[in-house]
Amino acid sequence: MENAFGQPQNVIVLGGSSDIARAITKKLCTARAHTVVLAGRNQQLLDEAAKEAHEYGATKTDTLLFQAEEVSKAGETVSDAFDKVGENVDLVIIAVGLLGDQRALENDSLGSARMADVNYTWPVAALGEIRRRLVAQGNGRILVISSVASVRVYRDAYLYSGAKAGLDRLCQGVAESLKGTGVSLQLLRPGFVRSKMTAGQKEAPFTTGVNEVAENTMRGLASNDLVIWSPPILKYVSIAMRLMPNQIWSKVMKR
Amino acid sequence: MSKETLYGWGRTSPSVSDVISPATELEIIKDIATAKEFIARGLGRSYGDAAQLGGGIVIDNRDLDGVGVISYDGVVTVGAGTSIDELLSFSIPQGWFVPVTPGTRQVTLGGAVAADVHGKNHHLDGSLGNHVLEMRIITPQGAFTISPTNDGELFWATIGGMGLTGVITTVTLKMLKIETDLVLVDTERYENLDAVMSAMKSGDDAYKYSVAWVDCMTKGSSMGRAILTRGDHAKKSDAPTKKLEGPKPAKLFVPFDAPSGLLNSFTIKAFNELWFRAAPKKKLAQPQSLSAFFHPLDGVRDWNRLYGKRGFVQYQFAVPDSAGETVVKAIERLSTSGVPSFLAVLKRFGPSNNGLLSFPIPGWTLALDLPVGPSALPQVLDDLDEMVLSAGGRIYFAKDARLSHDKVHAMYPRLGEFLSIKDRVDPEHRLVSDLSRRLHIGR
Repeated sequence: MENAFGQPQNVIVLGGSSDIARAITKKLCTARAHTVVLAGRNQQLLDEAAKEAHEYGATKTDTLLFQAEEVSKAGETVSDAFDKVGENVDLVIIAVGLLGDQRALENDSLGSARMADVNYTWPVAALGEIRRRLVAQGNGRILVISSVASVRVYRDAYLYSGAKAGLDRLCQGVAESLKGTGVSLQLLRPGFVRSKMTAGQKEAPFTTGVNEVAENTMRGLASNDLVIWSPPILKYVSIAMRLMPNQIWSKVMKR
Repeated sequence: MSKETLYGWGRTSPSVSDVISPATELEIIKDIATAKEFIARGLGRSYGDAAQLGGGIVIDNRDLDGVGVISYDGVVTVGAGTSIDELLSFSIPQGWFVPVTPGTRQVTLGGAVAADVHGKNHHLDGSLGNHVLEMRIITPQGAFTISPTNDGELFWATIGGMGLTGVITTVTLKMLKIETDLVLVDTERYENLDAVMSAMKSGDDAYKYSVAWVDCMTKGSSMGRAILTRGDHAKKSDAPTKKLEGPKPAKLFVPFDAPSGLLNSFTIKAFNELWFRAAPKKKLAQPQSLSAFFHPLDGVRDWNRLYGKRGFVQYQFAVPDSAGETVVKAIERLSTSGVPSFLAVLKRFGPSNNGLLSFPIPGWTLALDLPVGPSALPQVLDDLDEMVLSAGGRIYFAKDARLSHDKVHAMYPRLGEFLSIKDRVDPEHRLVSDLSRRLHIGR
């Protein structure tokens, strides 16, 4: 069971080998998490993440392989993850995402569709089964890792930020639909994060490391706020991002 | 049956359950026959997740009501869904008071027994379980009448057992004779914690009731400054004879959730300061109504909404007499951490009873109300758990919403005995609550 501070005991992490997911998992295990099921596409990385979870306090870990391109199997993957936990699941983290090489993919139908599948369609499909299982439990929490990029789609990563925008807005509807079920959904919107996914890219203002994201996430879980910003100042920066005229927005994003 | 979102008085960790409201034992027996997992709930005054069960069946005991005749020697049988408020409305005009009352009248007798509640007289009279003569309880293995001499094992597992041994349907207890509806109260202000603790240690036994309100927001030489109130029931000779009156309903209420953060370090410091300054330095034998003395917070209905939607946790621990310095260290840790906390309640506990999971142990108990929000709070409380545990102390389940399961066995060394008795009446582990899941009790 989750405690009064939003600290869960039983956790599923979809996309469990990503750097942000691993940093959050470590914090969760330091607090109360003892059962952690990590799902992802690379067994070796999942094993490393599971070992790390153990070192930080988990007593039971398990792993599960899936491909986020295989949308039709999303429900099955979620179901297997719940079965591996074996009891009530307190928190499901959806940390599935692919930044991709925009310029290389933007004229490629299959590549573009793949970006949409991984960043949007697979998480949406997974949410269906997660929602069903948690509502039946009468409690639980979903944390979807969105991005500050979802606030306004931009030229240099529209495949990524557009898909994240779709997921982010859809999740707001899911959160609304969950009222009165004992289940809640929260969105994590980190800014630019130094990680494997962003290696080699130019850092944006308000860049943080994964540990800072994890700390902000822990605070956000306790707050029950729909959106968790990391760093928190992005809550206010995002207002400027939304209101900026197109011409200025384009110039800002070119820099 | 209806689906309801339930949470404790602290308004944290909600879950949705199917709620049923049986009015008879037969209805309960029928209802639980097909229930996979179930737990009883009273008025929802436990602070955490003790009386809720996500995805399971919650048995609302409020229709198991009714108060029997009070015998010449004060013995009365009440339905487990009767509140202390309802019982007092009936009993005070006849000259009887409950033997033990917590800080609110808005608890059912079933819930009060399940939490083995204590009051300001624990140092002399023990907790509620000490005054219960008999109970009826429905378990997955059938209905039983239990008492200290009739299946004493199940009786003492049920006292303080957090509802995990069955659904209590009636409680028979011995009431306390009173001559008036007043308490004569001595109030004294103390400038620091050491002073109030030594006054309590040396003087509490001369009073039936004693409690101190401690300010945890002050530092330095005034750390833990406190107001100590102690009293006894007024006799007819102390106060002019008049009709004895039961409690009155609350006149004030909080109509909506306050913004989270309304109660912060600044506002709480200001409140504590006012509270402290408003108390007399020393005032003796001041007559107070039973409600004003025992249940001051019942004057404001839904006061928990003042903490906003994030809610609050109450942290209550007990440590042995020899570990009085743990109280000092705990208040030091809080006052230096910047975590805001309202006036804390400090009390002395007398001997424990035989309740296997009953909270009180002889020594000290401190209870703190803490708004959820400050990022340091979870770790501060985890640190306090370690201090309490190493001092041989424990946390009160009825207040808890965040303890780690791995500390429960050490805090409650008789948990093993409790579990074997629970296994006898609940072999399939169907009596479950969100609290028992979180603390791994009974799986």
